[in-house]
Amino acid sequence: MEIPYTVVARRDTGVWNAKVGIWLFLASEVMLFGGLFSAYVFLRLDAGPGDWPHGVLNVPVGTFNTAILIISSVTVVLAWAALKMRQFTRYRIYMAITILCGVVFLVVKLGYEWPQKYVHFGARIKESELAKYEKYLGNQHLLAEGFAPRKEITGHLHNPQALHDPNIKEYEIALDPVNADPTNKKMDRPHFFYVPPTEKIGIVEKADVEYANMFLPKHSSYFATYFTITGLHGAHVLAGVLVFCYMLLPASTRLYRQNPEHLANRVEVAGLFWHFVDLIWIFVFPLFYLL
Amino acid sequence: MDTTTHVGAHAAHDPHPHGEHPHHELGFWRKYIFSTDHKVIGIQYGLCGLVFLFLGFSLMMMMRWQLAYPGQALPVIGKILNVFGPGSMPDGKMTPEFYNSLGAMHGTIMIFLGIVPVAFAAFGNFVVPLQIGAPDMTFPKINAASFWAFFVGGMIMLFSFFVPGGAAKTGWTAYTPLSIITDQGGTYDPVFNGQTLWLIAFIFLITSSLLGAVNFISTIIQLRAPGLTWMRLPFFVWAQFVTAFLLLLAFPPLESALIMQLMDRLAGTSFFLPSGLVVNGTPLHVSGGGSPLLWQHLFWFLGHPEVYVLILPAMGIVAEIIANNSRKPLWGYKSLVFAALVLGFLSFIVWAHHMWLTGMGTAVSAFFQTTTLIISIPSVIILSAFFISLWGGSIRFTVPMLFATAFLPMFGIGGLTGIPLAFNSADLYLHDTYYVIAHFHYIVAPGTIFGLFAGIYYWYPKATGRMMNEFWGKVHFWPSFICMNLIFLPMFLQGMLGMHRRWYDGGQGWTLAGDKVWGLSGFQWNQPISIAAWCMGLAQIPFIINFFWSMRHGKKAVSDNPWEATTLEWTAPNMPPHGNFVTPPVAYRGPYEYSLPGRDRDFTMQNEPIEPGEQVHHPSTEPVLHA
Repeated sequence: MEIPYTVVARRDTGVWNAKVGIWLFLASEVMLFGGLFSAYVFLRLDAGPGDWPHGVLNVPVGTFNTAILIISSVTVVLAWAALKMRQFTRYRIYMAITILCGVVFLVVKLGYEWPQKYVHFGARIKESELAKYEKYLGNQHLLAEGFAPRKEITGHLHNPQALHDPNIKEYEIALDPVNADPTNKKMDRPHFFYVPPTEKIGIVEKADVEYANMFLPKHSSYFATYFTITGLHGAHVLAGVLVFCYMLLPASTRLYRQNPEHLANRVEVAGLFWHFVDLIWIFVFPLFYLL
Repeated sequence: MDTTTHVGAHAAHDPHPHGEHPHHELGFWRKYIFSTDHKVIGIQYGLCGLVFLFLGFSLMMMMRWQLAYPGQALPVIGKILNVFGPGSMPDGKMTPEFYNSLGAMHGTIMIFLGIVPVAFAAFGNFVVPLQIGAPDMTFPKINAASFWAFFVGGMIMLFSFFVPGGAAKTGWTAYTPLSIITDQGGTYDPVFNGQTLWLIAFIFLITSSLLGAVNFISTIIQLRAPGLTWMRLPFFVWAQFVTAFLLLLAFPPLESALIMQLMDRLAGTSFFLPSGLVVNGTPLHVSGGGSPLLWQHLFWFLGHPEVYVLILPAMGIVAEIIANNSRKPLWGYKSLVFAALVLGFLSFIVWAHHMWLTGMGTAVSAFFQTTTLIISIPSVIILSAFFISLWGGSIRFTVPMLFATAFLPMFGIGGLTGIPLAFNSADLYLHDTYYVIAHFHYIVAPGTIFGLFAGIYYWYPKATGRMMNEFWGKVHFWPSFICMNLIFLPMFLQGMLGMHRRWYDGGQGWTLAGDKVWGLSGFQWNQPISIAAWCMGLAQIPFIINFFWSMRHGKKAVSDNPWEATTLEWTAPNMPPHGNFVTPPVAYRGPYEYSLPGRDRDFTMQNEPIEPGEQVHHPSTEPVLHA
């Protein structure tokens, strides 16, 4: 028994089966990420002034990753076009470039961007104690400029054992430039390039802290949504890479010898998925890095 | 399909030289367990779903003891139930925690492991490809993957009963923040605890329905037989088509919510935990800033379309059976189709009527109240069309027809009692009372489940080649029908008294449950309800025996079309082989051409060509359009 319309299009619908399937699947993916993005909107609208951090991600690295994904979206189309023209070697080269781009994206994300966050520390000061830390927060200055107040002191934690040891009463933080020099006008807005923490040590008493943690998912709604959405997106990138790898394996070469159009269809379907993953990133990038 | 293996071995006597093996014998495991045949997968779904339905019902039968006789030891069975661990039934008495687990798992199992798998996956898998004249689903392997994802999800749900602390306890809705702070710390395992396993199992179930939904829609779009135009599809196919879209689009937002709740439980995030939450007198050490309302929105964004996922397939089954047993075309076919489509669309914009008590604001409430009232219109169209279809028919009260006709008033009661709940002013009083329980159970229990029984009796000969026993079918039907009403009708009274649906003691300790209505106090009504529930458990025994006994010993079906029906599945041989049809069917006419004038038979099948001189006036008999 054979299922009709796996390779050739049905005349009255104009499509073959997998193309209907992938578009339906992508519709459900839109709803999946839609749920997460609506959570982002909900939580961000609920956050009070100064509760939603800005400029904590590395924009140039994010831009680089955006470019990488866009390039890979182009190469996957070129791979498909090469197959359509029955140029198998070119197809393999473009496919390899696509996979490489996916891997680079994942390495940058999981190997560099995420771990950088794990060692960054932030202590949110209690509303009542904000004035006590004016020298790190510069809220008088911000008020005069018309900006939202700062509530958090960030940097590298000098005494990491303070996180778990109840006997240590203070956090010693190598301050980020924004807390080291809070009234400097250059610090009013987030930086494009990453600026490392300064040598200046700030002391924050635990009793004054509402909540403090490394930049982990549990740190704040911002990082919760950031890690969840980029994590799920990364899982999709990984899935795409695995599918593309399968399309370079001997099994796919055999399929090409038997029925090149079938392989081209598979690449087209996987390519649609890949474009979707790219599109999700186009939403993720401004939402977390820029806005 | 990978039927290309062993080409060489069979080549000598193979009439199909291109490696096609319609009668290629697969081993036992490939044929019955890891099958990619839509019929086998449908039956797998059906059997698993029926087992889960009975299991979910059994959980409720246990709870009914606690409600009727709170704090008393459950005789005989109570001791056995200690397998659920020391915290479940010490000395045969149900603990509050165990009661909560039973309640949460009753809802979860009934809806997601019972009705959806049977109504959508089992009937959809078995019947839809046959009804549209297709050899199989578009993606048979994905179809098998869908079943196995469901199976794994179901097993995890069952397994969660036996972890320390027992299964999930916060209702099938798992409202936050309770569902996040529950089952944590102390003797609970960080991963192997009821609530976390509930979330993980659920993700498997959603994966399963996603794969199923993609398959159903693409199959209906792509694999319709030549001539089977959209307006010639049986209504059942339309119902499954709309249902698949609901599952496809409504489930993913819940999946995202499940992922977030899983993050809250495992990674310590605060998606659904508000700032300043105090638990047992101590402030919770989390970042806060989350929104419990967000969970409710995402949950009910699935939750409401889910209601139509439960009812639409049953409506489809009832439509087939009413047309077949009243021997006349379904009244208002086009109205039915468009009503189902409108119903599907509107079901996406009514969800917040489950949240009147959250204080969303009057503007939001007004919007959802309006859409909720509008959605009753297509529902009424469907039900009216079914009733009118009976008018003037030559009705045969076969067992499937008994269940199908019982569906109509039961669904009617369920639907009409929903209207007071749609108004947020009336709902403020009725919210979370037994009135709500009675309302939606009228829809899903004597409604959907009767539809499912009707479908089982109806398509049984196609799957097994034998009929189920008529007499025992009636012995199954009448007690079930009576008990259903004895169970749920008094619950309206209890609800209007103000009795809350989650009381562990059945209302014994509450003043307002002492008010009398129709001679009994609200609390005392629990006893007749519980007895009726146990009687209904007994009433399922004839069905279970009939179901298995008839497989080997039932009366042989007189032909491939024992009900003298018109749709394409009856042109396939009984127990259709892999690939279904001997010759691929072509459709020449609409799905319900019963009692055409001037014919010697009162049914004309879809694959019978238009005869010369035949008057074609029915709108669904358009000229044949070959694909």
